[in-house]
Amino acid sequence: MSSTELRRTALDATHRALGATMTDFAGWDMPLRYGSEREEHVAVRTRAGLFDLSHMGEITVTGPQAAELLNFALVGNIGTVKPGRARYTMICREDGGILDDLIVYRLEEAEYMVVANASNAQVVLDALTERAAGFDAEVRDDRDAYALLAVQGPESPGILASLTDADLDGLKYYAGLPGTVAGVPALIARTGYTGEDGFELFVKPEHAVGLWQALTGAGEAAGLIPCGLSCRDTLRLEAGMPLYGNELSTALTPFDAGLGRVVKFEKEGDFVGRAALTEAAERAASRPPRVLVGLVAEGRRVPRSGYRVVAGGEVIGEVTSGAPSPTLGKPIAMAYVDPAHAAPGTEGVGVDIRGSHEPYEVVALPFYKRQK
Amino acid sequence: MSNPQQLRYSKEHEWLSGAEDGVSTVGITEHAANALGDVVFVQLPEVGDSVTAGETCGELESTKSVSDLYSPVSGEITEVNEDVVNDPSLVNSAPFEGGWLFKVRVTDEPADLLSADEYTAFAGA
Repeated sequence: MSSTELRRTALDATHRALGATMTDFAGWDMPLRYGSEREEHVAVRTRAGLFDLSHMGEITVTGPQAAELLNFALVGNIGTVKPGRARYTMICREDGGILDDLIVYRLEEAEYMVVANASNAQVVLDALTERAAGFDAEVRDDRDAYALLAVQGPESPGILASLTDADLDGLKYYAGLPGTVAGVPALIARTGYTGEDGFELFVKPEHAVGLWQALTGAGEAAGLIPCGLSCRDTLRLEAGMPLYGNELSTALTPFDAGLGRVVKFEKEGDFVGRAALTEAAERAASRPPRVLVGLVAEGRRVPRSGYRVVAGGEVIGEVTSGAPSPTLGKPIAMAYVDPAHAAPGTEGVGVDIRGSHEPYEVVALPFYKRQK
Repeated sequence: MSNPQQLRYSKEHEWLSGAEDGVSTVGITEHAANALGDVVFVQLPEVGDSVTAGETCGELESTKSVSDLYSPVSGEITEVNEDVVNDPSLVNSAPFEGGWLFKVRVTDEPADLLSADEYTAFAGA
């Protein structure tokens, strides 16, 4: 146990009143699950789930050169994001290693909100602050300015529509607009980390409890239930979404992670990591790195992060995330494997589960894709 | 949650029934099942295996973790619960009943098994 006190979200008392099992997540005391994580997972896939994600790190970047700063600091072409839209991107070190993956919302012409993973929020804040030198732009730590609630699942548009006049039909995936939800001002974003349709609502912390209660009430008939971080992890794993610390790290460039497409060399001006990433792209083209694949168990034993992937008695890769998949009814994993074994259907691949080589099928990611 | 009075308990969160013809039933407590989360895989000893008190004899795998299963007593396995192998969620839904794990012909029993009240105090549950 860490001796430092865990941070608590504005919804802490609500979680405890609901009987949540709490866990230390990146220095925050967060709900792991309220009841059965499997039921929470199924609720998001079939109905709706309500999450407290207030541990995520919000950083506001404003000023005449906000776009130029973000184009320099991040690997994406942020200048081309239209106001009201969002983009998935990464922040890399000078040597190309991934510091974090991010969602950047362009709120106004000269105002962006960068959302970092809780575990990396300080690192991202420090890097953006340092990289802002010489730009006419301000980097503001807004971690305490927001609570973040997410409603995810097929019933979420209907639930949210009953609480807001905002034009949800006009709100595309990866877009965000300011509005009013249950009487409180919110940034309404059609984003999430579950593979389902859904919304993320950024509100002032003092409005979090009221909004939680309003969403709970509005969603009751549709079967909405509160959901914890445990099911969030199995949902994102089924959806093939990378998690920083598992699939992404400073030891990998975006090209090593199979996400080279987020690096936009064609954008104007220099950006941090350009030279190293150019080399990484060439290296990846001439000597393909390990490939992130999906593995589906034939048996019932669950692969975990760090377990070795084997074939023909050789170690050919490593599991980065694994869990029993409620949707597939079988254990699944993401793993980096040698290119020779990466094709879907490759025979003879197994995972070393505490000494026993269990057979696994290599599949393309994601494991689950919602029907639109 | 309440821990049945007629059972005895280990500090590794197993429960042990009274012996019928020298055979006791073993499971894990509701407290342990709740702490594990949804159990998705159980690996149990085989009938005829010898188990030793306090040593691992199987695995319990939940969504987020894998935990060793310890035997609270020494003896020989006489039966394992095939229902729980086929449906591990029984460990969560009925830890003291349908979610029992194995039966063991007890040859030796540690002196430090806990009563229901002692275990309740120990587990803080």
